[in-house]
Amino acid sequence: MSTALPGYNVGYLDEQTKRMIRRALLKAVAIPGFQVPFASREVPMPRGWGTGGVQVTASIIGGDDVLKVIDQGADDTTNAVSIRSFFAKVTGASTTTCTEDATIIQTRHRIPEAVLREGQIMVYQVPIPEPLRFLEPREAETRRMHALEEYGLIYVKLYEDIAKYGHIATTYAYPVMVNGRYLMDPSPTPSFDNPKLHQSPALHLYGAGREKRIYAVPPYTDVVSLGFEDHPFEPQRFEQPCAVCGSTGVYLDEIITDDAGGVMYACSDTDHCERAAALASAHIDDLEEARA
Amino acid sequence: MYVAVKGGEKAIANAHALLAKEGRGDERIPRIEHGAVGGQLAVLVARVMNEGSLYDPELAARAIVQAQGDVLEAVTLVRSYRTTLHRFGYTLPVDTAQLPPQRRVSATFKDLPGGQQLGATFDYTHRLFADRGSEGPAAAATNDDEAMPRVADLLGTEALMEPERPEGFDDPEPADLTREPTIFPMSRAERLQALARGDEGFLLGLAYSTQRGFGRTHPFAGEIRVGEVEVEFDAPELGFAVPLGRVEVTECQMINQFTGNAETPAQFTRGYGLVFGRAERKAMSMSLVDRALRADEFGERIVAPAQDEEFVIQHSDNVQATGFVEHLKLPHYVDFQAELGLVRKLNAERQEKA
Repeated sequence: MSTALPGYNVGYLDEQTKRMIRRALLKAVAIPGFQVPFASREVPMPRGWGTGGVQVTASIIGGDDVLKVIDQGADDTTNAVSIRSFFAKVTGASTTTCTEDATIIQTRHRIPEAVLREGQIMVYQVPIPEPLRFLEPREAETRRMHALEEYGLIYVKLYEDIAKYGHIATTYAYPVMVNGRYLMDPSPTPSFDNPKLHQSPALHLYGAGREKRIYAVPPYTDVVSLGFEDHPFEPQRFEQPCAVCGSTGVYLDEIITDDAGGVMYACSDTDHCERAAALASAHIDDLEEARA
Repeated sequence: MYVAVKGGEKAIANAHALLAKEGRGDERIPRIEHGAVGGQLAVLVARVMNEGSLYDPELAARAIVQAQGDVLEAVTLVRSYRTTLHRFGYTLPVDTAQLPPQRRVSATFKDLPGGQQLGATFDYTHRLFADRGSEGPAAAATNDDEAMPRVADLLGTEALMEPERPEGFDDPEPADLTREPTIFPMSRAERLQALARGDEGFLLGLAYSTQRGFGRTHPFAGEIRVGEVEVEFDAPELGFAVPLGRVEVTECQMINQFTGNAETPAQFTRGYGLVFGRAERKAMSMSLVDRALRADEFGERIVAPAQDEEFVIQHSDNVQATGFVEHLKLPHYVDFQAELGLVRKLNAERQEKA
């Protein structure tokens, strides 16, 4: 038996599917923060590994796009490498690790440290798009709650955190109010990244493949992290600078260096770290030159 | 130390090379050809076709070989290919009453028009290890000329069975689960599509649970039939249906718990299962779960998992389930870092207070 191996379309998804996803994206952009149901397709990666993001990227990527893929902030984590090489293979689009050069940045759980600019598109891989899901497991019910703007439950949850721990105990997937209307899950990015969404010049697209939902934050949209007057939203802070590049005010990974409690902290954003380290060493060279 | 997170690209290439080597096994033994899988492991091929939602025995066999026998991996391969295919139309509903069954059994009637036919089944075999069996007698020709009406229709003529089409049924276009967004509550047609591609093991467990009191449905296997059925495509530009070929299917009509009250006469209800190939366990499980999910329709109290549409449908798709469970292997250090920071902060605050 010798059947020919099956072929695949450019960009992997067929054109009917791309059109369907683009329509969902347009609707999502028109209603910021609203979860648009879409007929999610299978993609050649397992569900839960970024299939929503992959479908969004596959539907918007063109020949002149430059794609960057990060996972946990890093370009070189295996899943980021795998998704980037997938798109290189099926679209022929060029890829980069440089945030500034990218037109599309597919991400799992981080927003790059570099400030995004107009024309750039962030594509988020979303595991659970529903910010109310762990308070109400039923989809029919949560859709009704969004329709009625009935968000009391989430405030009660945050209040309970404060009553129990003294402050809000949500550190990632921290709920935001988009354009003053829809409660949105910014995907499990650390709340450190939440402020970057507010009035961002870039377009932010969220794809949840398994859960079959697409939503968006268009450029220059209000994105407010929930809080109370006496307990406002507080993003995480790190005391140390990055041990590699010396950056402060960035998100750090904790790296265990030995079995005696030794740790170091380094940038989660590998592109930022490489650039900052190069700048720092150039600066040292300059200083040494000046001294000589 | 920091370089530990680097080298993803090389690690992937090495891992894939090792995977290929592991999958090759002993090189003195010839590779398994997918033709052999299609012919000798047809039950497995049927499972991959069902959960992959694609009737293509050759491709399913190829997937099983490529996936080194990992069923869910093979299903994912098939689905990821199927979804890219251009959709140019839909076939006419298949008429299972017309299929000449290779196997047809009913547990509700000792004999019935068309008779019972055991066919290819593991039932009544002794599960003892044995050498490959002999060729066996040539299969007797099926009695093609005798009509084999579906058992549920026999009861239907006496109005003892709920009609296949309820009163006022205007035959809406069944939605296409693979092309349209899922919105709950679903139509029964959509639910059946989801169940047909649902994980055999998960549906079996749910079906079993209804038999053990978690949403009782009092089932009788009205009829199970296996055979090839003609598939016809309605080409509007031609004005008539074009036969595309034949597919092997297993159909199960479950006869369930009757309804009825002072106003309406007592009637049995139905559960339905239809799957590709020889997949009787799956068809039976599907029909039990289908009936359980109709609780709402019959005003039954929803108290068990098998009756809960969102619970069943959202969790029966094994491509989704395995993906999300296995994604926990992916790095989560950004979120873990955030939690770590919080737990340290909470403990520090606690110590300050003490």
